[in-house]
Amino acid sequence: MSPDPETASVLPDPATGRVLPDPATDRAGHGAEGDGVKRAAPAARPPRRPSDGLGRAIARMAAWRAAFAAPLLLAVTAGMFALAKASPFDPVRQYLGDRAVVTDPAVAERIRANWGLDRPVLEQYATWLGNLLRGDLGESRSLHLPVGQVIAERLPWTLLATSAAIVLMLAGSLVAGTVAARRRGSWLDRFITGGALANEAAPVFWLGLLAISVFSVRLGWLPAGGLTDAASATVELGDLAAHMVLPVTVLAVSQSSWLVLYVRESVSGVLREDFVTGARARGLRERTVLVRHALRSALLPFLTLLGARVPELVTGAILVETVFSWPGVASASVQAALAVDFPLLAALTLLGTLAVVGGNLLADIAYTIADPRVRTLGVG
Amino acid sequence: MTAAAPPPPPTPPSPSSDPVSAASPPSAKAPPSRPRRNPRSASRRPVRAAAAALAVLGLAVLLVPPLAQLDQQLVELRSAGLPPSLEHPLGTDQVGRDVLLRSVYGLRVSFLVGLVAALASMVIGGLVGLVAGSLGGTPDRLLMRLVDGFTSVPHLLLGIFIVALFSPSPAAVVVSVGVTHWTTAARIVRSEVLSLRARPFVEAAISGGAGRGRVVRRHLLPHLAPHLLLATVLMVPHAVWHETALSFLGLGLPPHLASLGNMINDGQRSLLAGDWWSSLVPGLFILVPTLALGVLAQHWRDRLTPRLRSELFQ
Repeated sequence: MSPDPETASVLPDPATGRVLPDPATDRAGHGAEGDGVKRAAPAARPPRRPSDGLGRAIARMAAWRAAFAAPLLLAVTAGMFALAKASPFDPVRQYLGDRAVVTDPAVAERIRANWGLDRPVLEQYATWLGNLLRGDLGESRSLHLPVGQVIAERLPWTLLATSAAIVLMLAGSLVAGTVAARRRGSWLDRFITGGALANEAAPVFWLGLLAISVFSVRLGWLPAGGLTDAASATVELGDLAAHMVLPVTVLAVSQSSWLVLYVRESVSGVLREDFVTGARARGLRERTVLVRHALRSALLPFLTLLGARVPELVTGAILVETVFSWPGVASASVQAALAVDFPLLAALTLLGTLAVVGGNLLADIAYTIADPRVRTLGVG
Repeated sequence: MTAAAPPPPPTPPSPSSDPVSAASPPSAKAPPSRPRRNPRSASRRPVRAAAAALAVLGLAVLLVPPLAQLDQQLVELRSAGLPPSLEHPLGTDQVGRDVLLRSVYGLRVSFLVGLVAALASMVIGGLVGLVAGSLGGTPDRLLMRLVDGFTSVPHLLLGIFIVALFSPSPAAVVVSVGVTHWTTAARIVRSEVLSLRARPFVEAAISGGAGRGRVVRRHLLPHLAPHLLLATVLMVPHAVWHETALSFLGLGLPPHLASLGNMINDGQRSLLAGDWWSSLVPGLFILVPTLALGVLAQHWRDRLTPRLRSELFQ
């Protein structure tokens, strides 16, 4: 008297009198609707729902971030302006330098009026902020160029060096961390872990000087700094690549400690999980188990961590660009600071803040794409 | 060292941190390494070495400067730029000052500035965290937004901005580091206060009629003190790092002070002429104590939280 399997699910369950949910009827749109059996609900969703939700989740996140970033950037500008006003340095005097002693006070007053420094502080701030919003970043007082032009000329070099460093850092630390996790407890693991700890303690500029001392001075393999040879008038690819090796490697190495340790912990944790044991039991190659199973699931949380590391990356870029005389925006901020060049320094500080906010947003987006759970749980 | 392999340093929870990554810290399921090895003997050696290194450096910093206060400033051009020798174990710099002696002196200057800066950031952060955690509600939310805001500006960039606008001086460096680094302490203290407030003894004190001031002084601060102390100890090397970086860029301490950053900055110029000692040796005086302190902190953390250790060494 066993019921036909085809019709069993639509018959009322003898115990409860309810219709048992069935995936086939759920998809048709009427299965668990009226009877309150909630557990069938996920199966009832139309199949194209995830990508739909993804776009919306990303848009919501971007809007949330922008809503946070706007007051933040405004606060940063206000803070910078207040600091500049509290500064004991007189910008006009700073601008004139040695000439300040011999300059006619009337001329100095004219410069002051030109820059609007004789107006009330709030009015100065409003003017500066208004110009900023219209895209006019002002004029660099030390380089005698529009700030926008300085950034446009230097930003590509910074982006080139940092993105190369990020790629190198990711590749290197994934390999090193996985090797250390795979051979946990071996001398190789001890070497990698110890090296990462020592590297964490070493200041990046010291690392840069060490690299120059070894590879440029002692061995003479690579140039010690700059973008191209001093003699060459144009930027040539081979020359540029040779000049990039040291700064990019030093920046990558200096940023990689935490990542190596993180990958090591994460992978060795995942290697104990059942699905890895299962993959091994199925006779998969060790490399497949490591790369496809262990590394993949160990890496998820690390996307967010990577986004949160942008401030350290900016810090590293400032020091590395200075050590290697790399003509990027980060080293320009040091030059601007040494010359007390407020318009340039303020613009670059804002740029750094933007980079951090952007990095967080990118990390969130990457995470939303990578992990479907975030979409349903929601972020923010 | 291997068995006591540290989990990656805890990154401060960014505003973007989500429940999934927070729920699965990699260290929570760190596996036992080789079961046969005795983890204690393996993990002791680096701890002893670290303690010894710190002790030697501490003694040197305490004892050497008063004896050789003048020597480290003494310019002697006849012995300028000498490589390491018996008379000058780590060489001399471009104006003939002994690098070893000056490094020890520089370590003292950098350490003092770093210590004051770390204390300053702890005081700011502790106050903010205490106020946010014990008031709750709107003040808490506002203060935490402030913390988020400060962590969104790269520390060194903000630090550079602050020191650039004021003349190079120890005070500017202290302000610059203190203003940029209080956020960690604020987060630690706030979360600690939040968890303490829910404990029975605090509730009992409040229902017993204790005022806010008494609860903070008598019940919260004693529990917060160890956390703040550890955070300060760990902040000092970071503050020293910042001082060194700012001085290296020429923005930190005034050039005549023998800080480690100033020495590296000075030595950098003669690096291309083959003089590696006058810039790289002072760097070692940053690296070694920072590394030693890191190893010791890891050791203490293992001892203070046996749960983590037992999971590591089952």
